[in-house]
Amino acid sequence: MPSNTPAVEISGLIKRYDGREIVRSLDLVAQRGQVTAVLGPNGAGKTTTIECCEGLRVPDGGTVRVLGLDPLTQGAELRARVGVMLQDGGLPTSVRALEMLTHVSSMYADPWDVGDLVERLGLASFARTTVRRLSGGQRQRLALAAALVGRPELVFLDEPSAGMDPQSRLAVWELIRALRAQGVSVVLTTHLMDEAEDLADQVIVVDHGQVIAQGSPAELVAAGGRGSLTFWASPGLETLSLAAALGAGVQEADPGCYTVTVTVAPGTLATLTRWCADRNILLSRLTTGRRNLEDVFLDLTGRSLR
Amino acid sequence: MTSPTASSNVPGTLRPVPAPSTAGAASPRRRIVAQSAFEAKMILRNGEQLMVTILLPVMALVGLSQTSIIDLDTAGRSRIDFVTPGVIALAVMSAAFTSQAIATAFDRRNGVLRLMATTPLGRGGLLSSKIIGVLTVEAVQVVVISAVALVLGWRPDPVGIPLALLAVLLGTAAFTSLAMLLAGTLRAEGVLAVANIVLVLLTVGGAVLVPADQLPDALRHVALLLPSGALGEALRGAFFGATIPAFSLVVLLAWTAGLGWGAGKLFKWH
Repeated sequence: MPSNTPAVEISGLIKRYDGREIVRSLDLVAQRGQVTAVLGPNGAGKTTTIECCEGLRVPDGGTVRVLGLDPLTQGAELRARVGVMLQDGGLPTSVRALEMLTHVSSMYADPWDVGDLVERLGLASFARTTVRRLSGGQRQRLALAAALVGRPELVFLDEPSAGMDPQSRLAVWELIRALRAQGVSVVLTTHLMDEAEDLADQVIVVDHGQVIAQGSPAELVAAGGRGSLTFWASPGLETLSLAAALGAGVQEADPGCYTVTVTVAPGTLATLTRWCADRNILLSRLTTGRRNLEDVFLDLTGRSLR
Repeated sequence: MTSPTASSNVPGTLRPVPAPSTAGAASPRRRIVAQSAFEAKMILRNGEQLMVTILLPVMALVGLSQTSIIDLDTAGRSRIDFVTPGVIALAVMSAAFTSQAIATAFDRRNGVLRLMATTPLGRGGLLSSKIIGVLTVEAVQVVVISAVALVLGWRPDPVGIPLALLAVLLGTAAFTSLAMLLAGTLRAEGVLAVANIVLVLLTVGGAVLVPADQLPDALRHVALLLPSGALGEALRGAFFGATIPAFSLVVLLAWTAGLGWGAGKLFKWH
């Protein structure tokens, strides 16, 4: 088995439910040793795509390869090497948290030390509580532990930090970074922009069952268009004069609030402040409006509720 | 990739994590033993499941053998000798069908089946473990019921015991298939209702506790064709005459084949 095959390679994936196409000829590559975030609104087809990779759904068309293997016909080999965290947890409700984790670990020849996982994910405080009585965030942490306990080469995490408090999220993110440092490939779905921006090497934006954009978080943000600069000062400045100085368009969006459409460079700021100083104008606030992934995402998938 | 907010407040997370394992899965035997024990433990620790699998048959045993509320023609046998084989049939139905259908339906709804199917256990291992789990619960049932029955004066013919075990295995196959068919096609709440109602109907009119020939005419022939009647008659045959009616064997095998085929075709994992 060549280890240079991608962690996940999907081409032309089609999946229908009741005749409705949920995934429409989707192509996706997740490289080994990287964190790949599949980002998209609810109902975009993220979970369905991941479930095709996990062997839980049978595609209606296209090919899916995970670690170079077919999840449907070579599932037995894959299951030993791939960890899965389902969106709905998949935890039996009547057992205690630690009991469940220990049980899943018994499926592997050389599992992760359960005590170590308990410590890393802060499970000790509810180790003896039945799953039924855990909070959403606690269940998520337990499900993540269950996905990792087999020490997989590749993990699929379907909305790993949904319902978690900020501390738990940080612990989970830290663990994902530590996994990546050990060469583990991670494919996660999320609709949390900061999660994708902080963790992912590669972000794949999915909507209506297709990939509509992909790249590193920085590439996606940069590709979204030119950055902009916004500053606040007294109202009624001579915008034409400033525009000439900066070589860019300047508009007074609101009284005293000015936007400059420009690719912001260090010299841009020097020019602006010199122009203001020459006229004895005090800037009260200034932001270089680097767009974040959320802006890109909303631009790509629309701002209306669906 | 780095973040200034890295969680230094969570102890231990800065240690490197273990590298991916190259050892792979535990042996199939170890996986199935672990899962079977897990399945049986979950049933035997659940109050409602204990009620239907242990308490109900024991109550039927004591009620039918120690009171004459229900008129039985025991053909000269003691009431306890006459009733115990049917109570074992009821126990098999409750464990292989009602209890297993409900457990599997809720595991399906909660995603447990899908999660375990992604571990090295896989779908095949999960099914094997469910069957062994059911047989484990049945072993506990048979021990408890036999102990109570022996105390109440049951004197089974040892010659019938191997045949009774065969009948239990065949009945388990048929009723587990029915459990999987229901659990894999209906909503969990629906399974909860149907599995209990079917158990009651089969117990009352399905020739489980009372032999088919003592049922009203209309029911007699139908009951013999039901898996409940076939199992009841097979167990009575084993203990009363050290023989299993061929007809009952055929009925149980036919139900197993039909229901197993249906479950295989229609079972939805989602």
